[in-house]
Amino acid sequence: MFKKKFHAKTQRHKEKPFETRQRLASLRLCVSIFLCFLCLTSCKREQRQFSSPPSTFKSYDVTMSDIHPGSPGMPQPVQNPSDQRAFDTNEGKRLFTQYNCSGCHFNGGGGIGPPLMDEKWIYGENPENIYSTIVEGRPNGMPSFRQKIPDNQVQQLVAYVRSMSGQLRKDVAPTRNDSMNARRSEQRTERETPRRSSPPPQ
Amino acid sequence: MIETRNTTLKICAALSFVLCCTSCGGIHNALNPTGPQAQNLSRLWWLFFIVCSVVFVLVMIALLLSLRNRTGEPQVATAPVIEPPAEQERKRRNVVISAVTITVIILFVFLIASYSAGRSMTAELEHKNGLNIELTGHQWWWEVRYDDVDASNIFTTANEIHIPVGVPVTFSLKAADVIHSFWVPNLAGKKDLIPGKINTIWLQADKPGVYRGQCAEYCGLQHARMALWIVAEPQEQFNAWRQNQTQTSVTPASDSQKRGQQVFLTSTCVMCHAINGTPAGSNIGPNLTHVASRNMIAAATVVNTREHLAQWIIDSQQYKPGNKMPQNNLSDADLQSLVEYLQSLK
Repeated sequence: MFKKKFHAKTQRHKEKPFETRQRLASLRLCVSIFLCFLCLTSCKREQRQFSSPPSTFKSYDVTMSDIHPGSPGMPQPVQNPSDQRAFDTNEGKRLFTQYNCSGCHFNGGGGIGPPLMDEKWIYGENPENIYSTIVEGRPNGMPSFRQKIPDNQVQQLVAYVRSMSGQLRKDVAPTRNDSMNARRSEQRTERETPRRSSPPPQ
Repeated sequence: MIETRNTTLKICAALSFVLCCTSCGGIHNALNPTGPQAQNLSRLWWLFFIVCSVVFVLVMIALLLSLRNRTGEPQVATAPVIEPPAEQERKRRNVVISAVTITVIILFVFLIASYSAGRSMTAELEHKNGLNIELTGHQWWWEVRYDDVDASNIFTTANEIHIPVGVPVTFSLKAADVIHSFWVPNLAGKKDLIPGKINTIWLQADKPGVYRGQCAEYCGLQHARMALWIVAEPQEQFNAWRQNQTQTSVTPASDSQKRGQQVFLTSTCVMCHAINGTPAGSNIGPNLTHVASRNMIAAATVVNTREHLAQWIIDSQQYKPGNKMPQNNLSDADLQSLVEYLQSLK
């Protein structure tokens, strides 16, 4: 039966006029070349920026209170460009250790400082909130890093802090550590739904 | 015909002679050994090179001879020879057997030579303790820590290693991030710096001079600009250098230098760099306690001049794109004072 089928197939093939076959072949060639080009485009996932672009944050934009003067209006959320770049979140992870953030926050689990990998945000989960936390400091221990950390590195740190509770896209969040993992990698962290929390008791 | 062949031969010979000459000198050259370790290696290299060249020439001569002694076109018409003459067969067999024997002997000589050279690289390592240096590879620079039994004599510097002439120096090799490799061709072979592991190598410089080293294991974007200098100097000169390095940094003398120190301590610099004798004590970047005593900055990338230093501080990414030092937006006056202060750190 198989033989018969095969025979029928070749028969059908033979029935096609020469021109159609030629056209089909060229079409196949075009498609394969196109697929090859598609592979090439995937080689450059993102553009690395080694020189720091001007910061999108202004610390005076940030208000911590819900009370606004004048007419009520939601402030426009500030986009952190580092949220979109895998290189930046990884740099943030490196700086988190190097600038000794882990000295108080440990690997995000918290110790002397509050944990960063959970769903609770005392001073807000938006990029601008985290930015002002780093730059201005917070009561009861968080020092101000104003002029100690360049702006673009603060942005990288902000992106990394957000990736700790799964707030970033999975293809942007850092992957596993080179050393032993104390926790799941940021990439594998499930997204926590942020909620406001009161400051820790003094 | 013969004349053109002769000229071609002459040109080839002259060219190879010139090529040989270029390899004789240089401060980054394995064929210009200035220490026992590098001498072992270069001896081994020359043995391999000479024997292989002789064998190659002999094989080529044999090939040409066999081509010349061809016995004309094969005669198809005649019946194939089933039994070659006994005398000819014996000769051929002897040639093959002797060639195989010589090849095996040569390979064994190579094996023994390379094994003994390899052994001599690490032989009696525990007795080569004239000086102990801990070398840590970073992306993309070298951290150098001089060990001593007296803790007050321990100090850290970067990218420029001074050693006394004629004294075996042991290096403990570590890595902070990825795998690097320590290679100073004039003094010793390569040895990898592996995170989480301590490798040891010793070397000795027999002549005073400056030798260039280079990272020999691809370690990222700026692997090519991860070089170091080894300065071999007489013992007294080395002792004086070492004495100076163990001191804390000089206190700023002029007002400008004082302001420079304040700029250093209040800006981003302190997050990564240390200057002994000041509150700056981080260890992410190179230790700057005696930065002005070094000839080069940025892992032997640029000469340590006032202009280079200033440009490096403002935008190091133009020299080494991707390096870990951020751009710094300092005002002109601040930058001038900062550079003045750094230049005073002899």
